[in-house]
Amino acid sequence: MRSPILGLGARFLLPLFLISSLYILLRGHNAPGGGFIGGLIAALGFAILIFAEGTAAARRALKIEPRNLGGIGLLCALLAGFGAAPSGGAPFQGLWLALPVLPLSTVLLFDIGVYFAVLGGVLTLIFALEEGGDA
Amino acid sequence: METLIALLAGALTTAGIWLMLSGHLLRFLFGLMLISNAVNLAIFTAGRLSMGRPPLLEPGGAPAPEMANALPQALLLTAIVIGFGLFAFALALTIRAFRAFGHLEVDRMRLAEPEPAEPELAGPELARPEKPAGAM
Amino acid sequence: MSWIVALPILTPFIGAAACLFLRNRRGSGWISVLTALVSLGLALRLLVTVMENGVIAGQVSAWPAPFGITLVADYLSAAMVLITAIIGLATALWAMAEIGPTSARLGWFVLFQTLLGGVTGAFLTGDLFNLYVWFEVLLISSFGLLAIGGSRKATDGAVKYVTLNLIATAFFLSAAGLTYGATGTLNMADLHRAVAEHPDQGLMTVIAMLFMLAFGMKAAVFPLFFWLPASYHTPHYAVSALFAGLLTKVGVYALIRVFTLIFTHDQGWTHEILLWCACLTMLTGVLGAAAQSDFRKILSFHIVSQIGYMVLGLALMTPLALTGAVFYILHHIIVKANLFLVAGVSRRLTGGSELAQIGGLYRAAPFLALLFLIPAFSLAGFPPLSGFWAKFLLVKASLDAQEWLVAGIALVVGLLTIFSMTKIWAAAFWKPHPGGYEPVLTQLSLRARALMLGPMAALALMTLVIGLMPQPFLSFATRAAGQLLDPAAYIHAVLGDKQ
Repeated sequence: MRSPILGLGARFLLPLFLISSLYILLRGHNAPGGGFIGGLIAALGFAILIFAEGTAAARRALKIEPRNLGGIGLLCALLAGFGAAPSGGAPFQGLWLALPVLPLSTVLLFDIGVYFAVLGGVLTLIFALEEGGDA
Repeated sequence: METLIALLAGALTTAGIWLMLSGHLLRFLFGLMLISNAVNLAIFTAGRLSMGRPPLLEPGGAPAPEMANALPQALLLTAIVIGFGLFAFALALTIRAFRAFGHLEVDRMRLAEPEPAEPELAGPELARPEKPAGAM
Repeated sequence: MSWIVALPILTPFIGAAACLFLRNRRGSGWISVLTALVSLGLALRLLVTVMENGVIAGQVSAWPAPFGITLVADYLSAAMVLITAIIGLATALWAMAEIGPTSARLGWFVLFQTLLGGVTGAFLTGDLFNLYVWFEVLLISSFGLLAIGGSRKATDGAVKYVTLNLIATAFFLSAAGLTYGATGTLNMADLHRAVAEHPDQGLMTVIAMLFMLAFGMKAAVFPLFFWLPASYHTPHYAVSALFAGLLTKVGVYALIRVFTLIFTHDQGWTHEILLWCACLTMLTGVLGAAAQSDFRKILSFHIVSQIGYMVLGLALMTPLALTGAVFYILHHIIVKANLFLVAGVSRRLTGGSELAQIGGLYRAAPFLALLFLIPAFSLAGFPPLSGFWAKFLLVKASLDAQEWLVAGIALVVGLLTIFSMTKIWAAAFWKPHPGGYEPVLTQLSLRARALMLGPMAALALMTLVIGLMPQPFLSFATRAAGQLLDPAAYIHAVLGDKQ
């Protein structure tokens, strides 16, 4: 069933979902939020688009194969795990780049990895189910 | 408060087991979800229940007395995330099973373990199983 | 030290990420082999380090124990990691000849790597909740691997496997939650102290029983084994071999770890139950196998039966019995994986796995027959092979403990195992093919033959070496058992002096 209202709504909702997912991802370090829930919210935006306009439109909007997204996420998380290795730290030890306004860290990189892995994983599953192939 | 949550966990488990005994795959999964929520509640209670005192510190602040333990909540969060993944996969498998068999009655899923009454191609020199061995 | 313990876990995930990008069959297949080779090297380094330095521990994120996640490698863990890497490499090579482009596109090799990572993590973690996480990692991967088989039969098997394992997961999680609620810690070394000092020992026994249920289901112990023979004969043969070798043994490992390190306060109750479960597991498994007439189903029931021997070693809790259990696990993983690989080649050559429908393999491939005979006789416990020493140790241990009935059951089950193995031998190898056509080894391409028979021959060679030169392996198992019975070194490695 194609509903023009839902279709139009989804096109407006997707950017909103993506922005709020990024907000939740970034605030996650010191407040409730984080990569997992952020990734789920982003996946939700695409899920609405899939229900409204079908998988082809969603794939066009996503532009990148969801599995590759999952791979990028996994690599980011692993990279964060190895981040402390050159300076003799433990696996997954947090490294901080103390910039005055923007505290960057390997912890954030790990969270970004989780974000992409969740987004990629959930979308892979939804696409597989919607397209009727093997899950 | 703890008693109330414990009773709630018990009620969820009861409902979950009742659903799991129905022999229908989807209901089984719903029952399992209820039970895993009951388990999550139990872990949550293990971390001390304290109304309105989240285990978060203000910058520079000292921990409040009787604050909830943060670790069970972290464990819980992990368990919810993992449960979500498992449940998503189990649902996907259920859809596939429905496409393959056309029904979700667990008792009728005998493809991997056929009933001995079905004509098997075993020759006379081989003993036939007396019972459906390992049937669930 | 942290990195030596952490790298064997991280490596498969790097391989998985690489396989996610490269979804064609050749590319991800070779990446899998490469990753497995690197894992093997890292596992060897870990084992050597452990043998030189004793138990080593690493703290993830440098959070001190018992607050952070601890990774620990003692003799048993390091040996399990090595054997995981060996089976991983053998199956990775073998799978290249079996896994088709569709399965590869669906992410077979990705799940293969995450499964190996999950198994390695479960062997190395020193934290109960982290153990839960690794169990879930390997569980989700195994779900995927089972389902990717694609046939309706595989879906049927996967449904049963998934549902029953999800119940075990709920048990595990509630047990871990109760443990934390009662003791305030989940670090295994810290729990050793916390459980012993806890005022309410009855509650500790209840928690111990919950863990026994959870791990017993994973290990396929009587009466919780039903999911195993319902599903192991349905997926790809490489998956069967991997599962048969490694997955149930993760459950056995968890049982051994938890019931030697943490819950030793009420052995008259917990270990007595384990003892009778072990006997019934051996018996039901072997009798179930005798009733089957399918190559893989017979082997599946034999996994159950052999699990009984390993749990028996744990239940007796004497140094000799635990030595036997450790030796048994190490020997069994190699043998069982190899037997499933033989079943896979037999299926390729004869077109079936139902014993009545196949035959003529001895004439077609005498070398394959040899590759079957070595692990099959080892499984049954014939003298010069590895299984003989494993069974000998356990029977001797039960005689020393004056458990005459248990020793008798162990011997009878060994005899019945020979019955099943000869049944397969007579039907698949000696009997001419009932379809009238003669299978020949050259049906397989040269590449497939090299990829399939090479790893199998290597595994068979390992079985021979363990059997003919058991002394170094026995002394290794003795020292591993010593560490299990006296966990002081383990606890010191994790907690340092501040215990």
